[in-house]
Amino acid sequence: MTSARTSDLLVVVPAWNEQEALPGVLDELHDALPGADFLVVNDGSSDRTSEVARRGRTMVLDLPVNLGVGGAMRAGYKFAARKGYGVVVQVDGDGQHDPADVPRVVEALTSAEADIVIGARFADKGAYVARGPRRWAMKLLSFSLSKVVGTRLTDTTSGFKASNRRAIELFAVDYPAEYLGDTIESLVIASRAGLTIRQIGVEMRPRAGGTPSHNPAKAALFLGRAVLALVIALSRPSRQPNGATS
Amino acid sequence: MSGYYFALASCVALVVFLVVLLRRRRLREKYATTWIVLALGVCGLGAFPHLVEAIASAVGVETPSNLIFALALMVLLGVCIQLSIEITELEEETRTLAEEMALLRFDLESLRSTVDAAGGPTDTEPHTSSPT
Repeated sequence: MTSARTSDLLVVVPAWNEQEALPGVLDELHDALPGADFLVVNDGSSDRTSEVARRGRTMVLDLPVNLGVGGAMRAGYKFAARKGYGVVVQVDGDGQHDPADVPRVVEALTSAEADIVIGARFADKGAYVARGPRRWAMKLLSFSLSKVVGTRLTDTTSGFKASNRRAIELFAVDYPAEYLGDTIESLVIASRAGLTIRQIGVEMRPRAGGTPSHNPAKAALFLGRAVLALVIALSRPSRQPNGATS
Repeated sequence: MSGYYFALASCVALVVFLVVLLRRRRLREKYATTWIVLALGVCGLGAFPHLVEAIASAVGVETPSNLIFALALMVLLGVCIQLSIEITELEEETRTLAEEMALLRFDLESLRSTVDAAGGPTDTEPHTSSPT
């Protein structure tokens, strides 16, 4: 395990009970990104996630309790802010995101002059199709969020995101831990703070474990919680990135 | 008349209980203030039941006991909201502490591996006995 910063790019993988998929994901990341640093934020896992994550150049943050994806990611952003990383890329630990896409997402930060770039699965690539109420929910979300942030977003709940230094400093102090807060509300926070958000298309692979749910009741619940998260996020007073200490 | 003394005694017991909790630091002062004000209010109403009737007719409530019920509900609602706020604050504090702890543990582990690599003093064995 290394401790010193060897790169400007930090790939953060939030992981909760991912001992099956994580080693493969980390090996792929090492192959695809020979120059980057890797950080696994173990979100209070009860399995051997922490042990299996210690391979290659991977650094591990062990949260003593389960805080949810948002909680794990704020810890990751805090780590990046304190160690002075310039770019953070969030990649899911279940193998859904192709490590080969990471350089493209990072590149888009400079080429699109964006502070945050989302790897979106519906943007002209990929084979994933959501159906029924869940699809309507996602459409409604992407429509309203696109209005808020002022750019077309098609996959608002994507966990594949690159952030530059400005976004890292903002997220290190203000990153919601609530359900859906890490995706929907964080975009509202960033947009309110004057950050530029763009998206590029990436291909999503089937998850290494678990299946996405197609239960209509669950989809309705998802829609309700998503709309609630969005409305609450929009009604909050905004915060400036420079006003906060890092 | 015994009902009157029973009510009064209950109110006084409540005040005494709160003061005891406060003195033993089982209850923080910021929560106790509300409760003590409330207990004293209940004592006042218990001691002078006609006060309730007067207030009830003043605010237009026909049955005085309904005024008490309404007030009690409002007070309980207020307490629940206050507790929710406190829990939210506590969760945020817990979250920050968990993050800091993870970051400190990381720094400690990397420091330890650096020290180990340099052949310095290790912490792998407890310093209970020294070689003779």
